[in-house]
Amino acid sequence: MLAGKQTWIFENKPCIISSATVGGPFEAKCTIKDDFDFLFGDLYCGEDSFEKAEIKMLEKACEIAMNKAELKNDDIQFFLSGDLINQIISSSFTARTLAIPYLGIYGACSTSMEGIALAALMVDTGFADYVMAATSSHNAASEKQYRYPTEYGAQKPPTAQWTVTGAGAVILSTEGKGPKVTSATIGKVIDNGISDPFNMGAAMAPAAADTIEKHFKETGLDFDYYDFIATGDLGRVGHKIVIDLLGQKGIHLPQDKFSDCGMMIYSPDQQVFAGGSGCACAAVMTYGHFFNKMRKGKIKRLLVIATGALLSPMSYQQNESIPSIAHAVSFEM
Amino acid sequence: MPGKKKKELDKQQRDYFEYARHHEPKRPIVKNCIHAFLVGGLICAIGQIVSMIFIKYFKFTEETVGSPTSAVLIITSVLLTGFGIYDKIAQWAGAGTAVPITGFANTVASSAIEHRSEGFVLGVGGNMFKIAGPVITYGVVSAFFVAIARLIIKGG
Repeated sequence: MLAGKQTWIFENKPCIISSATVGGPFEAKCTIKDDFDFLFGDLYCGEDSFEKAEIKMLEKACEIAMNKAELKNDDIQFFLSGDLINQIISSSFTARTLAIPYLGIYGACSTSMEGIALAALMVDTGFADYVMAATSSHNAASEKQYRYPTEYGAQKPPTAQWTVTGAGAVILSTEGKGPKVTSATIGKVIDNGISDPFNMGAAMAPAAADTIEKHFKETGLDFDYYDFIATGDLGRVGHKIVIDLLGQKGIHLPQDKFSDCGMMIYSPDQQVFAGGSGCACAAVMTYGHFFNKMRKGKIKRLLVIATGALLSPMSYQQNESIPSIAHAVSFEM
Repeated sequence: MPGKKKKELDKQQRDYFEYARHHEPKRPIVKNCIHAFLVGGLICAIGQIVSMIFIKYFKFTEETVGSPTSAVLIITSVLLTGFGIYDKIAQWAGAGTAVPITGFANTVASSAIEHRSEGFVLGVGGNMFKIAGPVITYGVVSAFFVAIARLIIKGG
């Protein structure tokens, strides 16, 4: 059911019957290391390139998610996935392995929630019984794609962020045990003129603020309704800005209930500048950490606003600013 | 608005730009300069020691010692790049490791390693000078103009 202009209320409350996350060696030291289902000890994951390593991680996440739900490839009707590599090859190559009817999606780092929102829509409307949504990112593959070679000695500014190496997959169904998807607010692309690719937090904050505002307006809910609200990968810089922007709109989120996945994922002694980023950032935090907390009953109502910077290496070299997007999805146990 | 270039920002975007800049943690310029001074100086001092060794033990002269000294620094930098150490030093040292010849060696070696997965010809060969290329291009161009200027002023 459409509420307002851009919010879907899922009346049948599609259920996340299974979720799985995998991470890399650096993630094995992060604050949520116990929430991962599988950790690779090497950045190459036993493959001979970073791109192949990312595909392996994504395949692993999907495999674990299916095992947990005791489902086979044939049982799942649709597979939705996206990532950061050119032409989303990590997703398409994983779909080749899985042989499940596939829709490739791209929302940069907002893909984790874009996937769940679309999967929930398919399940809620009865167009599918089982849908799997997944996403991945790889630190070195992203550096190669967007910035410099991994071993190149360029000094990064304090606003830079660290792309999470990991993958996450969820399986949604009409019935089952697990967190239920209750609503989704699809964001619009917002560009406030920031063009520094080392300051994505500032570029994405206005999109996050806009989607949060619309979500509360269109659902008629108050922020007190949620036990926890998390943005995707704004980092420390973007988080401060989004608090300010929401304050200007009259939304004052309490600090103990509002945080950012990029700020939460790494421990303070891991030098990651302004925080984590990448498709996997919001994915491993939500599909792993938050869903585990929900299953244990520690969080009952969760809102995740995954943020994405829709730039390309070409666009910023041509001096274009960074268009950004944010999608909000709410979960209830 | 999407598609607009930096110079064409409307008022709201300009305001946000200023506002975001205000929120941005500043680069610690003084600290970076001190780090760069120390590490850059250290690399030069190492180069000086290497050249003195070449002169004293290998019969090189002041004029000829430049090439073997550069070679030693380049090999060291390439090895440190290959072992994944150079970029970690560089985050601390900034310009200190970027400006000396070791920084140039790092740009070439890191690009070559990075693109090994695409093969030796199109991968390594095609991308090796991806970062170093502009330095070579504009180095040669500026050397050309300096040489012309010298020719005009001093007459050959």
